[in-house]
Amino acid sequence: MKVSAIITLKKDVLDPQGKVIHQALDGMGFENISEIRQGKYFEIDVNENDPNKAKAVVEEMCKKLLANLVIENFKIIETQ
Amino acid sequence: MKSSVITFPGSNCDRDMDVALKKFGFTNKMVWHDDNELPNSDLVVLPGGFSYGDYLRCGSMASKSKIMRSVINFAKSGGLVMGICNGFQILVETGLVPGVLLRNKYLEFICKNVFVKLDNKENAYFKNLNKDILEFHIAHNEGNYFCTKDQLKEIKDNNQIAIYYCNKEGKIEDQYNPNGSIKNIAGIFNKEKNVLGMMPHPERMIDQSLSGEDGSIFFKNLINNIK
Repeated sequence: MKVSAIITLKKDVLDPQGKVIHQALDGMGFENISEIRQGKYFEIDVNENDPNKAKAVVEEMCKKLLANLVIENFKIIETQ
Repeated sequence: MKSSVITFPGSNCDRDMDVALKKFGFTNKMVWHDDNELPNSDLVVLPGGFSYGDYLRCGSMASKSKIMRSVINFAKSGGLVMGICNGFQILVETGLVPGVLLRNKYLEFICKNVFVKLDNKENAYFKNLNKDILEFHIAHNEGNYFCTKDQLKEIKDNNQIAIYYCNKEGKIEDQYNPNGSIKNIAGIFNKEKNVLGMMPHPERMIDQSLSGEDGSIFFKNLINNIK
């Protein structure tokens, strides 16, 4: 089954890319944005039918490689 | 004295490091990332470059490569491991040194000479150095050192800050911080001080006709300390 992981920067970590994207959008006329934070998205097809087991595997992946827990948080979403 | 330089796919400062180590008396071996075991070494160097194309996060893939298990064991048993630039990024990803290296504050790749001030000489790398301020070269996109408040307190309490960005006179101020690093930190040790990670490249400062001599001073002193 497919499981997705969303990696986001923690609140107090500077995100210069997000800031620049914000400025660009602002310049394009999207003026009602208060903040943009850039993150990563992974779609993982796990050979596992039990959703809880599949999510547990992806959680381990996030902790061990996909996210750096010093600066990032992760959220796991069951997509299929 | 025996040294080993690890080559990862995408490393590009490995040969420079090899030249530098040999110039100052090390017998150096190049070690491939897919090897299982380190050769007998007094010093292991993780060189600069773009290991695994900087995929995911700089250093993250290299930190999981086969040879790193042996490097981590070597470091944990007290062996000297030095990570330069991408090597520093790999070290933080292994957890051997605390913190992480973020994208430079102003999103620019920075390539220039900088001055760094040594903070702690009670270690194999800087002991007996007769200079406190060295001129090294930096070339990186992700050198913005970051750690949590708790980690910062811990690394300060344990004297783990190795070098700070400063000016020629050794002043550590915001304006001499090239990349936004917390407290102008350019390099840190592990708690035991046998593992050193730093963004500046001493191996690019070993020839007066090309660059400068502060790298020569560093390597000459290093080999004498290890002997």
